[in-house]
Amino acid sequence: MRVELQHISKSFGRVWANQDLSLTFEGGQIYAILGENGAGKSTLMKILSGFQSADSGQIVVDGQAVSFEAPTDAIEHGIGMLYQDPLDFPPFTVLENFIAGRPGGFFPDRQAARGILLDLAQRFGFDLDPDAYVDSLTIGERQQLEIMRLLSLNVRVLILDEPTTGISAEQKAQLFDVLKSLAHDDGLTVILVSHKLEDVIELCSSAFVLRQGRLVGQQQIPCDISTLVAMMFGKIVARQERPMSDLGDCVLHAERISLETRRLVVEDVSLDVRAGEVIGLAGLDGSGQNELVRVCCGLLRPDRGAVHIGGREMTGQPYHRFVKHGVAFLPAGRLEEGLIGGMTLTEHFALTLPSRAPWVNWIRARRTAGERIERFNVKGRPGSPIQTLSGGNQQRFALSLLPSNLRLLLLEHPTRGLDVESAMYIWEQLLRRREEGTAIIFISAELDEIVAYSDRILVFFGGRVTLVDDRADMTADRLGELIGGRM
Amino acid sequence: MDALASTLRGIVRAAAPIVIAAQGELITERAGVINLSLDGSIMLAAMTAHVVARTTGSLVQAVLAAMAVGAAVAFVVVFSSIALRLNQVAVGFVLTILCADLAIFLGKPHFNQPGREIPTVPIPILEDIPILGPALFRHNILIYFSLILVVVLTLYLYRTRWGLTLRSIGEQPAAAFVRGTPVNPLRYVYTLVGGSLVGLAGATYSLSVKLGWKEDLAGEGWIALAIVIFGLWMPWRVMLGAYLIVGLRSIAINLQDSNTIDLPAQIINMLPWFLMIVTLLIATSGVLHRLERFTPERFRPTVHRFLRAAPPRAMGTTFEKH
Ligand SMILES: Nc1ncnc2c1ncn2[C@@H]1O[C@H](COP(=O)(O)OP(=O)(O)OP(=O)(O)O)[C@@H](O)[C@H]1O
Ligand SMILES: [Mg+2]
Repeated sequence: MRVELQHISKSFGRVWANQDLSLTFEGGQIYAILGENGAGKSTLMKILSGFQSADSGQIVVDGQAVSFEAPTDAIEHGIGMLYQDPLDFPPFTVLENFIAGRPGGFFPDRQAARGILLDLAQRFGFDLDPDAYVDSLTIGERQQLEIMRLLSLNVRVLILDEPTTGISAEQKAQLFDVLKSLAHDDGLTVILVSHKLEDVIELCSSAFVLRQGRLVGQQQIPCDISTLVAMMFGKIVARQERPMSDLGDCVLHAERISLETRRLVVEDVSLDVRAGEVIGLAGLDGSGQNELVRVCCGLLRPDRGAVHIGGREMTGQPYHRFVKHGVAFLPAGRLEEGLIGGMTLTEHFALTLPSRAPWVNWIRARRTAGERIERFNVKGRPGSPIQTLSGGNQQRFALSLLPSNLRLLLLEHPTRGLDVESAMYIWEQLLRRREEGTAIIFISAELDEIVAYSDRILVFFGGRVTLVDDRADMTADRLGELIGGRM
Repeated sequence: MDALASTLRGIVRAAAPIVIAAQGELITERAGVINLSLDGSIMLAAMTAHVVARTTGSLVQAVLAAMAVGAAVAFVVVFSSIALRLNQVAVGFVLTILCADLAIFLGKPHFNQPGREIPTVPIPILEDIPILGPALFRHNILIYFSLILVVVLTLYLYRTRWGLTLRSIGEQPAAAFVRGTPVNPLRYVYTLVGGSLVGLAGATYSLSVKLGWKEDLAGEGWIALAIVIFGLWMPWRVMLGAYLIVGLRSIAINLQDSNTIDLPAQIINMLPWFLMIVTLLIATSGVLHRLERFTPERFRPTVHRFLRAAPPRAMGTTFEKH
């Protein structure tokens, strides 16, 4: 099946998300859509899948111009999409999710649907219980379910918007095998939106690169990563060497922290961090690293153990006391925990800037917002509501809200879902703080990131930790073994 | 024996309007819309049914008129939310007050007139079952309807494709849209269905449970709204909640009448609400999850479904395509 996008344009207010884009996809191939945060990748794919409509331009399927009013129209033409934020029903069972949207009678034939689901699962080697509730699945499993649902609707073009963020390495390998088999054995067209250039080189045969809503070009793969980077950013970004700085006083002293949550027992974790040090926390999602970070800023109370900040015992004190003592926390769920959906950038500053006055100093808030937007290179206006920014820009903005002169900065997945340049930029900002004597503790699923920036590494496995402080052990391979529980 | 049967019968009967109204609100909220106007719209519908029954002499017309009133109020809620982008809670509050005042004003000439009653139709054979027979099968058609409604609605929600769609638009409208569901048209449909059930609840008061038109219906709508939450949006539990509240209320009245205890009426009337809060506290604390952990693997999904306490996630929000 051959799909052409012709002269697609789409704007949101004054922002051109897509500008005169023309792309062609052939059957049996795996394509990549590349571009920095906010380049317009998701928007273009939502137009192709009928979720949004273009302002102008048309979609041509096998030589026939089509128009999609709704995603089901696209599915009827064989085009299905896995969205960046999972669009499923967490409180329903796997089977109910699978049935929703399938054609059929008033009383759905559960037995038949179960059969189709299990057959597909078996073919791909997915292990999914049809009666499990979706809110008990991992992101990777929810993705598998959605892919099977789309395939069962006879989709010939499968679009995946950043499918590898937030899933385990094993699930990623499995996903890639499935995609390869679908393209090469069944002749499907696969379109992959991703930031991870290594993944793109491994999987895809051709890449389209977008920049600020326009098509920069198409690149055949194999090619060098640097070629793609050059197309995405117009310049080669080199990984920066970071100067060693002298370590200062002890900032955080966590002693034998133990706690029990619904899913996990964290036992006897101790950690000393000195000013200017960067500590990376590695491990599969939910192995205890999030709990430790939350204990260190007062969001969780440990069952046993003590937390000292700058020599002062702070165990069990509330978050705002930690904030007073120079601790800041940037959670992974940007819109759930970090930022306030519905509020504008300026309003965020009005909330964050320290002030004793009972009224809001809008002039100062607006000025600060303007300054920081410029300094942190956020693509957005002071008056834009936060949720209209693309993911990468939300993260930059969250970083720009942090006060200066921090003692300890805790971050969960600081660069998740960010393109290479944005990630470098964020680290540039973080390392600058390090020079000022801020200690940094960060969680990441990217081993390369952990290896590149950490002075010491804590590897979590099932609530237990291994400290890695020997440079020789700080390789992605060695860490991978520890993460998997091998000593 | 007889006393038990007649107590149960009284509860099933007295709780019927609350059951019907709460199931209507459950349908509405499952579709993602909050119709907060229940307290007023029940009064307005009850008054309408009473007046129509007296003037036309037709009980069928009276019931239909009451349902139309409920649906009309619900239409204002859903239209102002979807088409005018107004806040559902705000509109609901305004309608509550408006409808209650309107009912009192329009109903004044018909105040304290004798009401017309829907005849009781015992079901042969079934009514002779001990205890359950008189409790469940010696009622009028509206009371039977309250029982059937719960069964039908449960099957509809959990066994049919349309029921799955109904749950999906209140949970994640974007995901429903992607699966080909016309989200907003269905929200209109289900809000109107829910509203007409609320109207029917009003008719059940004035034509059966509290014959005639009096102003003492104020408060019943809030009870129905609270019971939807208490029942965690599940038809069976909502019905049990209604029976519990009405049962406790009648016990309180009996205790008062027989002077066995010497407490002010208000305190005794507060008892059901106190119990409701305690139950909710237990339901939302971690205790139940621990319980789940100790159940055998095989029954865990069932237990999980019964214990889970989550409102429809998209309730009170609007959905639009870009
Ligand atoms: N619903 C919306 N309302 C307003 N602006 C929007 C909306 N959706 C996207 N935009 C804007 O359109 C531009 C492109 O966004 P898009 O989500 O397509 O980027 P992206 O390439 O997928 O970025 P990311 O890698 O961060 O996911 C951004 O500037 C974004 O702010
Ligand atoms: Mg995107």
